[in-house]
Amino acid sequence: MYDFDFVTPASLAEAAAALEDPEAMALGGGQTLIPTLRARLAMPSKLVSLAGLAEIRGICEDDDGRLCIGGATTHGAIARDAAERFSGLAGLAQRIGDPAVRNRGTLGGSVANNDPAACYPAAILATGATVVTHRREIAAGDFFQGMFTTALDEGEIVTEVRFPVPRRSAYQKFEQPASRFALVGVFVAEMADGAVGVGVTGAAEEGGFRWEAAEAALAARFDPAALEGLSHPAEGLISDIHGDAAYRAHLIGVMTRRAVAAAA
Amino acid sequence: MTDLTLTVNGKRVTRDVPGETLLSELLRETLRLTGTHVGCDTSQCGACAVHMDGKVVKACTMLAHQAAGTEITTIEGLANGELHPMQKAFNDNHGLQCGFCTPGMIMAGVDMVQRYKAEGKTLDEAAIRHELEGNLCRCTGYHNIVKSIQQAATEM
Ligand SMILES: Cc1cc2nc3c(=O)[nH]c(=O)nc-3n(C[C@H](O)[C@H](O)[C@H](O)COP(=O)(O)OP(=O)(O)OC[C@H]3O[C@@H](n4cnc5c(N)ncnc54)[C@H](O)[C@@H]3O)c2cc1C
Ligand code: FES
Ligand code: FES
Repeated sequence: MYDFDFVTPASLAEAAAALEDPEAMALGGGQTLIPTLRARLAMPSKLVSLAGLAEIRGICEDDDGRLCIGGATTHGAIARDAAERFSGLAGLAQRIGDPAVRNRGTLGGSVANNDPAACYPAAILATGATVVTHRREIAAGDFFQGMFTTALDEGEIVTEVRFPVPRRSAYQKFEQPASRFALVGVFVAEMADGAVGVGVTGAAEEGGFRWEAAEAALAARFDPAALEGLSHPAEGLISDIHGDAAYRAHLIGVMTRRAVAAAA
Repeated sequence: MTDLTLTVNGKRVTRDVPGETLLSELLRETLRLTGTHVGCDTSQCGACAVHMDGKVVKACTMLAHQAAGTEITTIEGLANGELHPMQKAFNDNHGLQCGFCTPGMIMAGVDMVQRYKAEGKTLDEAAIRHELEGNLCRCTGYHNIVKSIQQAATEM
């Protein structure tokens, strides 16, 4: 690998200050960034490690009953510690990568990376969660801005994601068999006010999106049968060796029905 | 260069290590613990699996400095006078052929048995197969690996 400095800040404030340097980059669990550095697709001269910052780790509830998950919380911790309060999200985290990846990879790293096949964007969009940084709060709909692109500015740290907890929810992922990322993943959430969110990932070049027609049908009746006759258009979806756009469009319908049936 | 202190297989070590050093490089090249294998070097195969503070991680996808202050256990640190039940189970069940994936399989196996015990969950055959998602074996076809972990789960 090429030479770089490794910095371990003692606090969020110190991390933010270290990231003012335009040559510096945040390091979460490194499950995406370390392979990226090794391929020299990014060559920061300084890495600022966020993994040890207690301020941005762990799960708590705010006054509005939202589940607030720190940006440096690992997928493994979310799978375990969110299971009782938000089983849909815990189930999603439990199926990211493998146990070793889940022990290192973090929510903040995944969200900041915005891989078009990443799992969390589906849940964040479906529940209308808020991404919190050390500077501001960003609504789900404004945060994800296309493949590997987000509203984050240089050096901005994802400190937390605040999820309104649905009445019931589930994530269904159809895996791309080699990478095990989502070929298509769908998160369905029935919110406390009866509104329904359907977040889709893996299907489009621009990354996660909401399937509004399905949301309306499910808000009227939360049952897989409510989706009968409804299909997602293939236009604009990814076609590659793993599946063409029509196949992905079909999978969106199948995964949505399965998620509704599985919602708890 | 920066000083790095961590515990490896119960021994405290301090080394002057450049920021870009991988944990797998520190273990294999600096500490000469070559039981931790490097297969894919891209976090897919799990041959490099070690435990950090009791949890499985892939040493090829971690910087050595990310392990500062932690306790690392490698395959060399598992046996305690006699083989660990997981090692013995792989031996008993012919859970390996060429052996390249085996250190990683064993470290992943120990992690899953301990985690399921701690959470009070049953580690059945289906669960073992799912848990092994990040460990690839080019030889065995996995059946005997699964049997080995099943046996060890009853003995650990
Ligand atoms: C084998 C394998 C399988 C995987 N399977 C899946 C899967 O099925 N689904 C899925 O969703 N993901 C999957 N992943 C990706 C995994 O979830 C990563 O952990 C995640 O994408 C990146 O998180 P990280 O903490 O490792 O971030 P890093 O790799 O450390 O960083 C990624 C990017 O985010 C930035 N960053 C990190 N933390 C923050 C922060 N708090 N604030 C702002 N910027 C930050 C970094 O600067 C970098 O640009 C897989 C990865 C591997 C290796
Ligand atoms: S060598 Fe680390 S996962 Fe393959
Ligand atoms: S025994 Fe040869 S790779 Fe598993």
